[in-house]
Amino acid sequence: MNLIDTAFASLKAEGRTALIPFLTMGDPDLKTSVDIIKTLELAGADMIELGVPYSDPLADGPVIQRASERALTNSITLKDCIHVAEKAREAGVNIPFILFTYYNPVFQFGLDAFFELVQSKGISGLIIPDLPIEEDEEVRQLAEAVNVHLIPLVAPTSKDRVVRISRKAKGFVYCVSSLGVTGERADFHTSINEFLATVREATDLPIAVGFGISSREQVERFEKQCDGVIVGSAIVRTIEDAIPLLQDESKREAGLKQISDFVAKLKG
Amino acid sequence: MTQVPDQNGRFGKFGGRYVPETLMNALLELEEAYLHYSKDQQFKDEVRYLLHKYSGRPTSLYYAERLSEQLGGAKVYLKREDLNHTGAHKINNTIGQGVLAKRMGKSKIIAETGAGQHGVASATIAALLGLECKVFMGEEDMKRQQLNVFRMQLLGSEVVPVLSGTRTLKDACNETLRYWVSHVEDTYYILGSVTGPHPYPMMVRDFQRIIGDEARQQILAEEGRLPDYVVAAVGGGSNAMGIFYPFVQDESVRLLGVEAAGRGVDTTLHAATMTKGRHGVFQGSMSYVLQDEHGQVQPAHSISAGLDYPGIGPEHAYLKDSGRAEYVPVTDAEALEALQLLSRTEGIIPALESAHAIAQTIKLAPTLDKDKIVVVSLSGRGDKDVEAIMSYLGGNTNESH
Repeated sequence: MNLIDTAFASLKAEGRTALIPFLTMGDPDLKTSVDIIKTLELAGADMIELGVPYSDPLADGPVIQRASERALTNSITLKDCIHVAEKAREAGVNIPFILFTYYNPVFQFGLDAFFELVQSKGISGLIIPDLPIEEDEEVRQLAEAVNVHLIPLVAPTSKDRVVRISRKAKGFVYCVSSLGVTGERADFHTSINEFLATVREATDLPIAVGFGISSREQVERFEKQCDGVIVGSAIVRTIEDAIPLLQDESKREAGLKQISDFVAKLKG
Repeated sequence: MTQVPDQNGRFGKFGGRYVPETLMNALLELEEAYLHYSKDQQFKDEVRYLLHKYSGRPTSLYYAERLSEQLGGAKVYLKREDLNHTGAHKINNTIGQGVLAKRMGKSKIIAETGAGQHGVASATIAALLGLECKVFMGEEDMKRQQLNVFRMQLLGSEVVPVLSGTRTLKDACNETLRYWVSHVEDTYYILGSVTGPHPYPMMVRDFQRIIGDEARQQILAEEGRLPDYVVAAVGGGSNAMGIFYPFVQDESVRLLGVEAAGRGVDTTLHAATMTKGRHGVFQGSMSYVLQDEHGQVQPAHSISAGLDYPGIGPEHAYLKDSGRAEYVPVTDAEALEALQLLSRTEGIIPALESAHAIAQTIKLAPTLDKDKIVVVSLSGRGDKDVEAIMSYLGGNTNESH
């Protein structure tokens, strides 16, 4: 069984909603990413999205763009990011990993080699934001063959596509809360409630909401409607603020504590 | 050659729609509207009317006699897209898409621009059709092309500086797509080249094919036969696709795309996507991409802001891999030489982009017999570049990034 399914099953039994933080691998460096992942788990994260830095992150706002740029300055590769999962497991992290990557790095790596590596390093799910269902057939088949869930995005503009997308989904359905790129925001799409209801109607899988969620109030708002809440830019910004501490060996623990405190606040 | 793209927007293995889900319905709606209106006589008449009466088409196919004599080989004809309103071929596409946006009931348009030519052409059509227009332009390019920035503002458009990434065309495209994702419900994106997700490569080609349709008719009327070569500069590839497309089925006509080699293809400062790039997915489609071994897109370099782009339209990738068209690199220095030669022999100052096509013609024509014919796309005029050229020829070659 896939770890994502197991995690959602026990959350359901406990009547809890998954908190799914996102971080960019290699920001500020790979070793720190492993430490942050461990910190996130201890602070109550239920799954983690491991972001692969990319030169042209079309779906991302300024915060994650900056994180990508910092990581690419360190020449972080797709392979490095996947190896972080292995290192985190060695450090005792048990929660499921979901790799978030744009398509071109995967395509250049070679699909067969990619899936072999992803599976062997203990990654359970995959999100490719620039691979809509029209283009994902080959990737989906390869993912299924190695029991890695290809998690699709649905948006408020998806309308009648929601059913088609959900039918092919594995793991959970990622609902984009608003039009636009990733980043903290005060308001969500005006028809967000109807949209989430539509997705709920279309699938028996868990549904998670992401894009723009940054506060306890917002997490609480969605906990009632969804099985998971994804927090990206707000975590990445917290990491960004902590970089001076994280890079100073004597203040590293204080930096990790800032991240831990933020996650604890989101958990309420 | 088979008719492309297929219904999934594929030119062989190239093309497609690699975009966030948020944009998919907008692209499907655009495709549907385009397929509908491209068969609608009133729509076609309005576009044709504006191309003729507003932009001044047909543009002339001019026999460059003095240049031909100087080169001492083939007869060189210039397809004078520089004579269009706003000074380049870009207006062919913005007229088509502007009228389409209006038919689709959109009142706001957005566009990306590098050198500013597509931005100016978009701002122009926005003014003409009473649409609200935002143009995204890299901060670096805004510095390089201040006059075009002011021109767009004068036309009533807002120029939005792009501060992310390379601060040039590549990131202006990213930023326009990001803005579109946020405002997709009421905004029409006028993409300026044969790049991006389906249906743009097909639609922009269709709006630009008038270059080749006219040239083909004109050369038949003038010479009674087809040319031996058609030569055009390629960045994203819209003027090249426009002039190539009507000749694709004419197998005797060799199609030659000229890409920017910048300081040289053996340096890191070039935009030679076909010569040095590999297959990859970039800004919505599968094509050739300048990238490192890990799939990170590399910054491009060219003296010409319009060719300074690490991608190329998917149909060009298809023409290259099928062997129907060839793509060759031309350096900054060769383009500058060609620009001066054309200015002095014919009294035509070409855009730096078009000067790349002239540079290849200077290499090609002398190798051909005098009865051979070369048709060159003179995609734009050089007025926008005069200031930059002045500084290059004055010895400062660091102006371009």
